[in-house]
Amino acid sequence: MTAKTMFEKIWDAHIVHEEEGQPSLIYIDLHLVHEVTSPQAFDGLRMSGRKVRRPDLTVATMDHNTPTWDLSQPILDPIAVTQLDYLERNCKEFGVTLYDRFSPLQGIVHIIGPEQGHTQPGKTIVCGDSHTSTHGAFGAFAMGIGTSEVEHVLATQTLRQFKPKTMEVRIDGPLPNGVSAKDVILAIIGKIGIAGATGHVIEYTGEGIRQLSMEGRMTVCNMSIEGGGRAGMVAPDDTTFEYMRGRANVPQGSDFDKAIEEWRALATDEGAVFDKVVIITASEIEPHVSWGTNPGMVAPVTGRVPNPDSYDDEGDRESVGRALDYMGLEPDTRIEDITLDRVFIGSCTNGRIEDIRAAAAVAEGKKVADSVYAMVVPGSAAIKAQAEDEGLDKILTEAGFDWRVAGCSMCLGMNPDILDPGERCASTSNRNFEGRQGKGGRTHLVSPEMAAASAIAGHFVDIREW
Amino acid sequence: MEPFVRVHGGVVPMNRVNVDTDQIIPKQFLKRVERDGFGQFLFNDWRYNADGSDNPEFILNKPGYEGADILVAGRNFGCGSSREHAPWALGDYGFRCVIAPSFADIFNGNCFQNGILPVILPEETVQQIIEKAEKDPGYKLHVDLEAQRVWDDSEEVVATFDLEPFRRYSLLNGLDDIGLTMEREDDISKFESQRGIHGGVVTG
Repeated sequence: MTAKTMFEKIWDAHIVHEEEGQPSLIYIDLHLVHEVTSPQAFDGLRMSGRKVRRPDLTVATMDHNTPTWDLSQPILDPIAVTQLDYLERNCKEFGVTLYDRFSPLQGIVHIIGPEQGHTQPGKTIVCGDSHTSTHGAFGAFAMGIGTSEVEHVLATQTLRQFKPKTMEVRIDGPLPNGVSAKDVILAIIGKIGIAGATGHVIEYTGEGIRQLSMEGRMTVCNMSIEGGGRAGMVAPDDTTFEYMRGRANVPQGSDFDKAIEEWRALATDEGAVFDKVVIITASEIEPHVSWGTNPGMVAPVTGRVPNPDSYDDEGDRESVGRALDYMGLEPDTRIEDITLDRVFIGSCTNGRIEDIRAAAAVAEGKKVADSVYAMVVPGSAAIKAQAEDEGLDKILTEAGFDWRVAGCSMCLGMNPDILDPGERCASTSNRNFEGRQGKGGRTHLVSPEMAAASAIAGHFVDIREW
Repeated sequence: MEPFVRVHGGVVPMNRVNVDTDQIIPKQFLKRVERDGFGQFLFNDWRYNADGSDNPEFILNKPGYEGADILVAGRNFGCGSSREHAPWALGDYGFRCVIAPSFADIFNGNCFQNGILPVILPEETVQQIIEKAEKDPGYKLHVDLEAQRVWDDSEEVVATFDLEPFRRYSLLNGLDDIGLTMEREDDISKFESQRGIHGGVVTG
């Protein structure tokens, strides 16, 4: 038998139909749905008189539009209300399970999938959202799709896909102290570029990945799309199984142990060949901060904002110049000299319990700088409850952070949490595109530890010296 | 879906790399529940000033580029968010074709679902087209999907492009993917019955 990568094993196990020169028809095990990219898909079903083929493999939640203030407050944006109502009506009509705004299981779609045990090794998982790559942290093949494809999956539980290529990103050696999963993925994107993995499924390997918790692996896989990757994945191991054991929707008891045996066999075979390989030495990774308007525009916290003149490629020179102009930064500015107006800790990248613990550990006994407004938004209602049980909300609010209810919040400003024009924000989210957090807003991507420390200092600081 | 066979039309040059879908259609316009009406918001934050007036520096607002069918841009066009609202906005505005040296995967797939042809041409050819279209707002291109060929009236630019035969066939005939897959109902049912009702590698 030929040696296979983990991706190839999962792909091969899901082929419903193949024909030369055509995309393969791939079976989908789990379809996650949210309010923004689904209304037109449900409308399409209705217009063609089609049903949802497998409502039992489909789960919906509300996350993008929902305000993160107290749930007793009404939603003021009538268009957001319409979209949320649409989702509720569509789920009722088509028999899809919905975790609505008030459900204790509600949260960001990529947080609740793993949390509720829907996300499992070996599955094919899709969602009308590019950060679906998050679920690959469990050794699943998970990718973002467009709304037409959402409709296709709703109607047929399959997807037509040309087989992507494979890419190994290996982090050799243990990570240095003070370097988090977020720094690892920012360093990777900084190295390969935002189109470096286009057309490829990334498998993250090496000691620097294996040592990460599931939360950390999800942070890494989450941003695979920011490197252009179709998906990102990590082979399941004991860390994965311990995270999953006993969760709702996973096999229980001896079935779980039987499942573990099969899940272990998913790992890439020795001798399997990737189409592309990138190797990064873990000891060279530093805490990272983005300075520009895409996630490849990053620098170590000890570094400086680049000078456009130092680029050879004309396209790069032009886009770096434009980015600095938008960001209101002078070339060669020291990263640690950049001062902040806002700090956002949350999102499907860094809104998990471990992220909130990390932020609280940094903030304990300190105060947010007077010039900064800082907020922490848990990724799910369950994470919020757990953090409150652990007393993390108290530590954070005493330090001057605002403590909110779960949602996408300021990751994409489709809800009331947005930046004002010109405001500068340290954010644990995934995208620093122009206007992403609010028109004219300036986003710097960082880890939760770096975000919390920057909130207190009022400017970026090297967390290793905190 | 409207078939795409060939287009002869005006060209909007956008000399930028890595144009992301947050720029093509900013997040504040994703709350609509319809598929149409997004053209007015295309490139909103670049196209309009803070007071809502047209930004005269932005290419779509420059005289002579009205009614163009073809957008030409730098590499990695359509990166970022999976929002299909991006091709909806491009199509609603009137674009039938986007030419670039490379596209992001999800955007590329979304175009084919909406009768918009993404054409990959070499960087030098794209630059040549951008320069010509910047100099002359009346500059026109022919894009022929059947022949997989792009050329201008003077035939100074002549290029061929590659495309998966399946995608070419679907676009030429305006075929709906779901309809095609529905014909595979027996295969899907067989696959499901072989794996049990739970799906998944293990539980099936």
